[in-house]
Amino acid sequence: MMDLLGIPVPVLMGQLLIGLINGAFYAVLSLGLALIFGLLNIVNFAHGALYMVGAFVAFLLLDILGIGYWPALVLSPIIVGIFGMLIERFMLRRIADLDHLYGLLLTFGLALLLEGLFRQVYGVAGETYAIPESLQGGYNLGFMFLPAYRAWVLAASIVVCAATWYLIEMTRLGATMRAAVENADLVRAFGVNVPLLVTLTYGLGVGLAAFAGVLAAPIYSVNPLMGSNIIIVVFAIVVIGGLGSIKGAIISGFLLGLCEGLTRVFYAEASNIIIFVVMAIVLIVRPAGLFGKAA
Amino acid sequence: MNKTKATLLASAATVLATTAGAQEISDDTVKIGMILDLSGAYSALDGQGSIAAVEMAIEEMGGEINGTPIELLTADHQNKADIGSNLARQWADQENVDMILGGANSGVGIALQDITSEKEIAYINNGAATAALTNENCAPETGLHWTYDTDALANGTAVAMVKEGKETWYFITADYTFGHKLEENAAEAVTANGGEVLGSVAAPFPTQDFSSFILQAQASGAQVIGLANAGTDTQNSVKQAQEFGVVQSGQSLASLLLFLTDVDALGLDTAQGLTLTTGFYWDQDDAAREWSNRFEERHGAKPTMVQAGMYSSALNYLKAVQEAGTDDAKTVVAQLKEMPIEDAFARNGRVREDGLMVHDMFLAQVKTPEESEGRWDYYNIIRTIPGDEAFRSLEDGTCEAIKG
Repeated sequence: MMDLLGIPVPVLMGQLLIGLINGAFYAVLSLGLALIFGLLNIVNFAHGALYMVGAFVAFLLLDILGIGYWPALVLSPIIVGIFGMLIERFMLRRIADLDHLYGLLLTFGLALLLEGLFRQVYGVAGETYAIPESLQGGYNLGFMFLPAYRAWVLAASIVVCAATWYLIEMTRLGATMRAAVENADLVRAFGVNVPLLVTLTYGLGVGLAAFAGVLAAPIYSVNPLMGSNIIIVVFAIVVIGGLGSIKGAIISGFLLGLCEGLTRVFYAEASNIIIFVVMAIVLIVRPAGLFGKAA
Repeated sequence: MNKTKATLLASAATVLATTAGAQEISDDTVKIGMILDLSGAYSALDGQGSIAAVEMAIEEMGGEINGTPIELLTADHQNKADIGSNLARQWADQENVDMILGGANSGVGIALQDITSEKEIAYINNGAATAALTNENCAPETGLHWTYDTDALANGTAVAMVKEGKETWYFITADYTFGHKLEENAAEAVTANGGEVLGSVAAPFPTQDFSSFILQAQASGAQVIGLANAGTDTQNSVKQAQEFGVVQSGQSLASLLLFLTDVDALGLDTAQGLTLTTGFYWDQDDAAREWSNRFEERHGAKPTMVQAGMYSSALNYLKAVQEAGTDDAKTVVAQLKEMPIEDAFARNGRVREDGLMVHDMFLAQVKTPEESEGRWDYYNIIRTIPGDEAFRSLEDGTCEAIKG
């Protein structure tokens, strides 16, 4: 068996694939975060909590209404997205003209509130959400056993990331959104309903978080803390990618997943800090992030 | 001469009076402080359930000892040793707490042991697993370890599996004092019984995604993947091991520390067949069932071994205070060492010189969904492991304070 740095190549390939799959979660989450920051200038601290709510909505749909995984994959992001739009319309909009800090405090408070609420009702032991039948089992790739569900997570994330990127960067709607960020008054003068656009964007970002939550539900236990475990890492990834950069968030999400996966092989103890080490280095070398525009 | 005699008598009386004074209950309350995980990875197996259990013990004593009220303080250590330490210091200095009950998390558990021993407060730990509490970090005059420890877990599960012929092991270990101690004890048990440890990987605590570690364990070719972790880490690793086809590919999974709440969260479909060691099972006998039913009415779930241990330790502590007529830590701890420990939780229990509460442990296997008659009916008890076999013997222990 060929070795690379003391690790057999097949093992390394397995780890790279796993890293990529974990990166898929990071990418979808950081994409939503970057979208909200880029277009709304809100540091959305509630993102992790909304990811958790997304997973819980899927669990509740099944538990109460008997609605399975596939419909939940669409329904949960819509439900949570609408919830997000209500937050934007009735809370965030009121503080839109104030300093960033207020948005941060408000969303952080919301995150605590949501987590506390679910903790109160469901405890922290977590709920089980089964892998849908059509995605059970897996493939023997020779170098590793790849569960079918993980392969699906990777594929679904890539498609969603690409579609979102296309929407923002390539369509007329995306162009209008970006224009509204640059100069809201001018865009409004062309007859575009900018406040509605902002609400929809927040809804879209939040919907992406919920989508990641549904994807995560069958793999991790659905528990009120799942969001706070991942959100700090996702923030670091957005910073590495460049605040507000859509492309940066997606690419650095996958890259950092790989980076974390490799750390788990070579020095597992450091795997939960490696992303912050990378962040520190990136901030020293390129303060605006890998894909960010210097202010 | 007479005068001398009188002086002697008088001073003797004074000495007696002063000692008697010291033998009373300080500041007219018996204060118990609980420092435990109320919000994190271990709060389901410990947390509010442990508080409910201790409240039951206090109620059983009638809320007072010889007319002195019993008071309960609780606080969340958030799985951080510095937070736990600060709480203990504050309670010792400002609240005059008489006894601290420590919950899950060995890192915090050891920190509390040091502080309580320095402040001369009684300390009973139920949730922390590390055997260091009665070995290298022992404080036999004030600190007791009650429910279970890493030695007992290793001597139960690891020995049983090696004897089944599952001899080569690979560990996935929670990267802090608890995980390392559990791995160390399990590895000793494996090698002592003719097995071999092929390797291990330290996963940060807490971890959500274990797939990378599971892949490394699969690549090791070991017959058994030993999980030296707890709480949500256990749930995630067991669930993901199943997803990655660990058992289908012929490897066995050994969850070295599995709580009733973990099995409940995982579901029997996933958890079935796992071998585990536990200090208590709610269905072990009539006394346990009766108490557990009352606990369930109050808390909404059956008790884990930690929660039952909390009840048992609080109850016996209070009885010892009553017996000794004082809440002086060293006197009460000495009194506990004289008492047989037998209640809803403990079978054939006694507190040993080094502070370890030696009692019967159970080797159990998780039932299949077909075997189970309903929620909480999860374990088949395979074997009762007598306390002396389950725990490390006093001779093999490393508690310096009693070796003198």
